[in-house]
Amino acid sequence: MSVRLVYFAWVRERIGKGSEEIDLPPEVKTVGELIAHLATLGEEYEAALQVPGVIRAALDEEHADHDEPIGGAREIALFPPMTGG
Amino acid sequence: MPDEAAHRVDVRIQAHDFDSAAEIAALTAGRADIGAVVTFTGLCRDEGGRLAALELEHYPGMAERAIRAIATEAVARFSLQGILAIHRHGKIAPGGNIVLVVAAAPHRQAAFDGAAFLMDYLKTDAPFWKKEHLKDGGTGEWVSAKDADDAAKARWTSAQ
Repeated sequence: MSVRLVYFAWVRERIGKGSEEIDLPPEVKTVGELIAHLATLGEEYEAALQVPGVIRAALDEEHADHDEPIGGAREIALFPPMTGG
Repeated sequence: MPDEAAHRVDVRIQAHDFDSAAEIAALTAGRADIGAVVTFTGLCRDEGGRLAALELEHYPGMAERAIRAIATEAVARFSLQGILAIHRHGKIAPGGNIVLVVAAAPHRQAAFDGAAFLMDYLKTDAPFWKKEHLKDGGTGEWVSAKDADDAAKARWTSAQ
């Protein structure tokens, strides 16, 4: 299954791109499994995702916990804790 | 009720500045039933003269959706007559406006609570990130999230 990944703030800077399309391996079923999978793709991903606990995620623009199934989400966002306001 | 609450919500994500007085006037124009308007404006600090600017990055689409959801909940929870939230993105110099919240209600407590509730949830749930640009030209850091902001949000659940 192909999904669009979007990255923000220092996650975007460390990975070196704002978005990409990837094919999800069948064993990747949750947000947490996706983060663990991405961290194996290269140094830049490892640098961005080395502390998985601080990474926040959204599935199709809705906040999602790490144990949440990705399901049929088309856009998955990964980013640091938010600092708006 | 959710539909009715949604009609009382106005959310804008924009790069350009806003005019608080004009927004209050627009929200209350022609209304004789509003008894209280509370506004909150968040501004860019210079952090003791260190900062040249803050750069606000956001997740387009989700930023508006997240703030709209919080604002709609605020309307329902505090029976607000109207609520407006404007959040800017892009580079903002010290002294410049970042965020505006205007909450209207028949009485003051609901207006105070509605504005505070929206800001507390916005700080931790709206997808915006601040990067510092330093006056000495150096590359700034991303602003870290604060535990105090999580605590501020938590008071709305523990109070119930």
